[in-house]
Amino acid sequence: MSNTEDVMDETEDVMDETEDVMDETEDVMDETEDVMDEGLDARLVVDRGPFRLDVSLTAAPSDVVALLGPNGAGKTTALRALAGLVPLTDGHLRLDGRELDRTPPESRPVGVVFQDYLLFPHLTALDNVAFGPRCHGATKAEARAQAAGWLERMGLADHAGAKPRRLSGGQAQRVALARALATHPRLLLLDEPLAALDARTRLEVRAQLRRHLADFEAVAVLVTHDPLDAMVLADRLIVVEHGEVVQEGTPSDIARHPRTDYIAQLVGLNLYRGHADGHTVRLDAGPALTTTELLSGPAFVAFPPSAVTLHRERPTGASARNLWRCEVAGLETHGDQIRADLTGELPLAADLTTVAAAELDLRPGAPVWATVKAAQTHAYPA
Amino acid sequence: MPFALLLPALLGLAFLLLPLVALLVRAPWHSLPEQLTSPEVWQALRLSLVCATAATALSLVIGVPLAWLLARTDFPGRGLVRALVTLPLVLPPVVGGVALLLALGRNGVVGQWLDSWFGITLPFTTTGVILAETFVAMPFLVISVEGTLRAADPRYEEAATTLGASRFTAFRRVTLPLIAPGIAAGAVLAWARALGEFGATITFAGNFPGRTQTMPLAVYLALQSDPEAAIALSLVLLAVSIAVLAGLRDRWMTAS
Repeated sequence: MSNTEDVMDETEDVMDETEDVMDETEDVMDETEDVMDEGLDARLVVDRGPFRLDVSLTAAPSDVVALLGPNGAGKTTALRALAGLVPLTDGHLRLDGRELDRTPPESRPVGVVFQDYLLFPHLTALDNVAFGPRCHGATKAEARAQAAGWLERMGLADHAGAKPRRLSGGQAQRVALARALATHPRLLLLDEPLAALDARTRLEVRAQLRRHLADFEAVAVLVTHDPLDAMVLADRLIVVEHGEVVQEGTPSDIARHPRTDYIAQLVGLNLYRGHADGHTVRLDAGPALTTTELLSGPAFVAFPPSAVTLHRERPTGASARNLWRCEVAGLETHGDQIRADLTGELPLAADLTTVAAAELDLRPGAPVWATVKAAQTHAYPA
Repeated sequence: MPFALLLPALLGLAFLLLPLVALLVRAPWHSLPEQLTSPEVWQALRLSLVCATAATALSLVIGVPLAWLLARTDFPGRGLVRALVTLPLVLPPVVGGVALLLALGRNGVVGQWLDSWFGITLPFTTTGVILAETFVAMPFLVISVEGTLRAADPRYEEAATTLGASRFTAFRRVTLPLIAPGIAAGAVLAWARALGEFGATITFAGNFPGRTQTMPLAVYLALQSDPEAAIALSLVLLAVSIAVLAGLRDRWMTAS
């Protein structure tokens, strides 16, 4: 599977070079050296005391890129650096071929949707949206006409006269998006766009936001710690941990080939790093795993918790080579399943049905045997 | 309720209220309309209102930016500057008046140049009254506005700049409306302080009826010649004070 993809990527690269088409392909994963005259090309280095952010990102127009990472990873700092609210210590920032490193925020063609929206509380929804056009030289009447158009597109025409405190979370989010789009930015930044919403509104707003982002013709960068938001909204994910990019790729690629524990946890996979030799991957710490893929050198092995089978007694058949002695550390419900956290030879998460859990009499501290079929593991080079 | 606390508490309350009650008791109620309509009273009252309002306006023009500087920027010695700004709050007003004379008086550090270059004389003029009142009252405004600015979310200004607003536009169109209640409260406080200003005014501007004699000065002068007039004037100032307090009740009296 992964081999085929690699081949496809290569073919795409070749096509890029020969036909000089860059932006029409859906996943512009290229690491081309030539400067793009369209889209975003940035290396953001920001020093903040002991913390250092060093993140590179490129995106073509109409790309939606998500910076995904745990809290404190530096995602928001990266966004603020793109907006010019935080100065770059080092690196560069080019948007549509224009250097922006030293441009003050008010002169950057950048729109921001802030996490809690920051709608001006003393202005109506209409005047909030008209604020940007006004600052860009439109007359009051022009700015209001434009703002009314944006609110109309967001389905908020009826709320034009409402003050922000009278808007629901979803409405406020759309006003914030309209306000950011009203200045016709070439780079749209969204900071945790759905974090301030409750679960029900979130579903609806996420779908709407996806449509608006699909319509947006310039680069959009969003920051989130929610993998679902990132995967639904973005064409490409950049995973940031401790101020650095740890992985980059399409949502499906990242979901299948996680490279850090954080991502593995996000996408719900057991992930191990080791050294492959043929069908065996010897883990850096712990036992060896048998896989179907033929690899050599440093490798990752991943398998879903549902691929794990638990036994109270050591299974007799020699079929399962991936067999480990473990102990139940904790149990929690996970949808209609039970997720067991296991420690021992190989720490892992296992999913089983409530019935199976009852039959096995699982409880914290109980010793169990865990098996995983080689066919259900997935190994890839590290 | 412990008696040991209740008794001094009631004593304290009585101590604060008794003088005001005495003022009302001894007020010359029948001659009051006559007293209050005398041209001298009107002159002093009008001058007081004009000067206090002008001093408040001046405080707003230079005090709000000063508060912004203290709240939103960081520069070496900011703590010291802040302490110096609040100094007039604790400085005896008479000392303030003397200091103003030494600075802006005809032979003062700056005053001599104002006099010889522009022919401007500040002491013992109505402008002098306004300056003396501003000196004493502006710190109230600065402190009030600075507190409000610190409580206001600076990210609204950031949001405004990402929409293309310069820092000044962001301040004018976003921050200023957001902190308007704090500015209003500070302005009322400064206005009330300016209206009652005595020490700095009499020292720097003197006591000329119609030119520099404000209400508190008139009260003081009348007390020596015509006590009934002094009481009448005091009643007017008391009424103004109560009106100010009523205007600010939402801000201070609901602090329980």
